[in-house]
Amino acid sequence: MKLPLWFHRFGSPPYVYGLANSVAPWLGGAGLILVAIGSYLGLAVAPPDYLQGDVYRIIYIHPQTAYVGMMAYTLMAVSAGIGFIWHIKLAHAVAVSAAPIGASFTFCALVTGAIWGRPTWGTYWEWGDPRLMFELLLLFLFLGYLALRASFDERDKADRVSAVLAFVGIVNVPIIHYSVLWWNTLHQGPTISRLDAPAMDTAMLVPFLIMVAGFTAVFYWLLLRRLQGEILEREQGTRWLRDFVRGTAA
Amino acid sequence: MAGSAFLSILRRDLRLAFRRVSEWANPLLFFTAVAGMFPLALSPDRLAMSPGEGELYGLQSLGIGVLWMAALLSSLMGLDRLFLNDADDGSMEQLVLSPAPLLSIVYGKLAAHWLVSALPLILLVPVFGLVYQLTADAIAMLAFALFLATPALTVLVAIGAALTVNVRSAAAVIGLVVLPLCAPILIYGARATALALDAESAAQPLYLIASFTFLAVSLGPIAIAAAVRVGLE
Repeated sequence: MKLPLWFHRFGSPPYVYGLANSVAPWLGGAGLILVAIGSYLGLAVAPPDYLQGDVYRIIYIHPQTAYVGMMAYTLMAVSAGIGFIWHIKLAHAVAVSAAPIGASFTFCALVTGAIWGRPTWGTYWEWGDPRLMFELLLLFLFLGYLALRASFDERDKADRVSAVLAFVGIVNVPIIHYSVLWWNTLHQGPTISRLDAPAMDTAMLVPFLIMVAGFTAVFYWLLLRRLQGEILEREQGTRWLRDFVRGTAA
Repeated sequence: MAGSAFLSILRRDLRLAFRRVSEWANPLLFFTAVAGMFPLALSPDRLAMSPGEGELYGLQSLGIGVLWMAALLSSLMGLDRLFLNDADDGSMEQLVLSPAPLLSIVYGKLAAHWLVSALPLILLVPVFGLVYQLTADAIAMLAFALFLATPALTVLVAIGAALTVNVRSAAAVIGLVVLPLCAPILIYGARATALALDAESAAQPLYLIASFTFLAVSLGPIAIAAAVRVGLE
């Protein structure tokens, strides 16, 4: 398949390294500011829930971590697929960078979910809830991806083999999402993504969405920084990198 | 071309499997050992204390979980014969280089693997259903759900096997890679069996297992073929 020219620039490590270097601080700053604003609005300004009281306020952290975890997996699988199909090494670098961040966010989603489950469901862990199980599954998928990578010595082969696994695993991400609709046990149904008006009060919705934006920005900030590290590792000994290091050292 | 490649690979793999009895017998023995020894890990009075309707219900509930998990683990057992032997002696390279489409070769290998590893398991499972005192309905459902689910299980295990052909200590990695992918099968399989035990309709989990199997059998071999190609690079 023929790709447009602008696309090819994203396959060039020096270009992407420089781009990441200039974009990352903005994303990091925006993310931290958004999280600060969202936390203030969510914890201090938004009214308490009529049923759950102040306990519900973990909604400003828990769904966001789960969402970023799933986004990270999607991003990882799509970029691994791009790398596999068009043999773009940088796409593999993106996939590798996304995996540990996504695993961390998914882990946070499980922990915050357990903390939320204790006062509302009466249990830290409800085995019957499929979405909890799939969140755990997502964490295992991340860990399996990383373990599979770690078992190869050559980076090229690790890239291509793990890309196949990431692409197989992505079949599970929509299952996670739709399991809420299919099996309605303890987990509440979707409140935000319904097509009609959201079932959440505006005073609660605004900080919720600010936190979503903030977490997303923080994720991409971390991703770009990891990507830079990955590029430095992969491009060892190339001329542009030597020139670049000399240039900044001088 | 594609059809004849499928059949000849199927015939070849079946012949190879039956020449080495341990290859198809070991996973079955493993299943027997796991399913047979699991109750030893629980004290008999604990089973009686389960919250259901007395002793029997506790044993039955345990049995459903144990049998599904044991089936899953034993299907992980036999997976090294799937690609490793062929990769070691170089015949996998010949198969990839042959003019027949790699997909039909993969389907042939999968069909042979299913016949050798999954079919005996389905036939063996009713015996252990009796050991765990499941009702006749539940045993029939268990066997039928396994019949629906094992093609997907074979495909997923084959994906793990194809990804780790060149890995030295593959067993642990395969477990970590394949088990999460198998979770839907485990959930709905156990749920279908439990519903049959309670004499309720198990249609919903069965439909979900069937759709999962169709998805795995239609798309999985593409991933397997890609992984095999990468492995031989």
